[in-house]
Amino acid sequence: MIWELLWLCFTMFMAISIIMGIAPMLIIAERRVSAWIQGRKGPNRVGPQGLMQPLADITKLIFKEEIIPENADKYLFIAGPLLVFCPPALGFAVIPFGNAIGEYKLQVANLPIGILFAWAVLSVGVYGITLGGWASNNKYSLLGSLRASAQLISYELSLGLGILLIVMMTESIDPQQIVWNQVHQGFFGWNIFGGGNPLALPCGIVGFTMFFICALAENNRVPFDLAECEAELVGGYHTEYSSMKFAMFLLGEYVAMITMCGLIVTLFLGGWDIPFIHLEEQPTVFGAILSFGAFMTKMLVLLFSYLWIRWTLPRFRYDQLMGLGWKVFLPISLTNVVVLAIVGILWKGPIG
Amino acid sequence: MENQVATVNVPGPLKARSFIVRLLTKLYLPNIFAGLVKTFEWMVRPSATLEYPEVKRVTRKGYRGEHRLKKDDQGRMKCVACFMCATACPAECIEITAGPSPWPDRDKVPVQFRIDMLKCIYCGMCEEACPCDAIELTETYTQVATTREEKIYDIQRLLSY
Repeated sequence: MIWELLWLCFTMFMAISIIMGIAPMLIIAERRVSAWIQGRKGPNRVGPQGLMQPLADITKLIFKEEIIPENADKYLFIAGPLLVFCPPALGFAVIPFGNAIGEYKLQVANLPIGILFAWAVLSVGVYGITLGGWASNNKYSLLGSLRASAQLISYELSLGLGILLIVMMTESIDPQQIVWNQVHQGFFGWNIFGGGNPLALPCGIVGFTMFFICALAENNRVPFDLAECEAELVGGYHTEYSSMKFAMFLLGEYVAMITMCGLIVTLFLGGWDIPFIHLEEQPTVFGAILSFGAFMTKMLVLLFSYLWIRWTLPRFRYDQLMGLGWKVFLPISLTNVVVLAIVGILWKGPIG
Repeated sequence: MENQVATVNVPGPLKARSFIVRLLTKLYLPNIFAGLVKTFEWMVRPSATLEYPEVKRVTRKGYRGEHRLKKDDQGRMKCVACFMCATACPAECIEITAGPSPWPDRDKVPVQFRIDMLKCIYCGMCEEACPCDAIELTETYTQVATTREEKIYDIQRLLSY
């Protein structure tokens, strides 16, 4: 009992360190990557290679004046950034970030419905954006938050169908089960390659592509960052925010990115599985560290591609965004699910 | 002959290929990947930025920076106060006061030679106009001053390079 409690504390500490460690690093990474892509050097003066820059940024933001507009709804105005920051961090609780040590799993909460839970809390983030934008009593903020919610509704459908794909492949919504299913089948059994069913290979790849693009939209990242589109809406939903509340919006976006990437790794990229190395046979400390490294590597590569895409693509126009969501992604995802159902029956037989 | 419409006989495989190409183009994805590859190339390329106070830019030959007045091999200034540079100057930033020469080989020398660096457009016309090759634009590009008066260079400053 006492060991389980200690283990829970340890995993919670790990999860919080992952989120709180990577989120500030993403601030500096975003600035450095954008600089490199644009042929500049980027901030490199604070600390070695500018690694202390987030500290300077956040210190500056803390000491700035905190303004709440006179006609704003004060409570909702404060609730906005909190709702953006906290729920995505909660979502990380169900993501298994390493192989078990003995019977102790490297996962904060081993929920049987973990994927649904992560899904639910990730979607709460948009309430923060909507409430914050509405409470600001500013027409640009309101437009930004309306866009965010409309965008979420359009893209969450395709995203949900992507999860359905995984549920059909694995026949479970338990993250542990999903990861173990991929680990047992080896590298070519990852869900991106069809989850052990060779016929489902195109479904897996198309599903992964759809899921990744919709995840960009879900996190309000370029090319889908219409909610904070500077060219049209000043700052979008965070126009009226200043000081640490603004920083909460900023960090909330990064935390949502981290959780989303963790989710993608769990769902499609085999979780903590290292290709061609059978870690599942040795639930030791060494194996756990290796598997943790594999999980982090996959997640950081995905996070880097988020930044990379941001500094490559221009923003969509709003009608293009809606058209893409409803007319392209939804039909492709639906077709994908139907094709996977047929292919699954062909491979495993109707009973399964 | 003139009404004949030009037709190209497309072979079967090419037709199919062009359909695939069109489909892919409509999906945007190939172009997006091309863009991503291009930005990645830029990312690994060394940046053009110099970290200025530590690394100074090497000026190219013929760079037009601040002026100086040259001296001959005996250490005398070359200028003979002919006013050619002041006449040629489009910004009218050169102001010369001439005086009698202490040396027998020329009539005049400048007593005062002022260049207003804030007016100067660094065109190099003074250098072109000078018959004695006495004025020159150096490669100094760091031009810092805290007052306007400091930026009016007098003869001592110009000769001190």
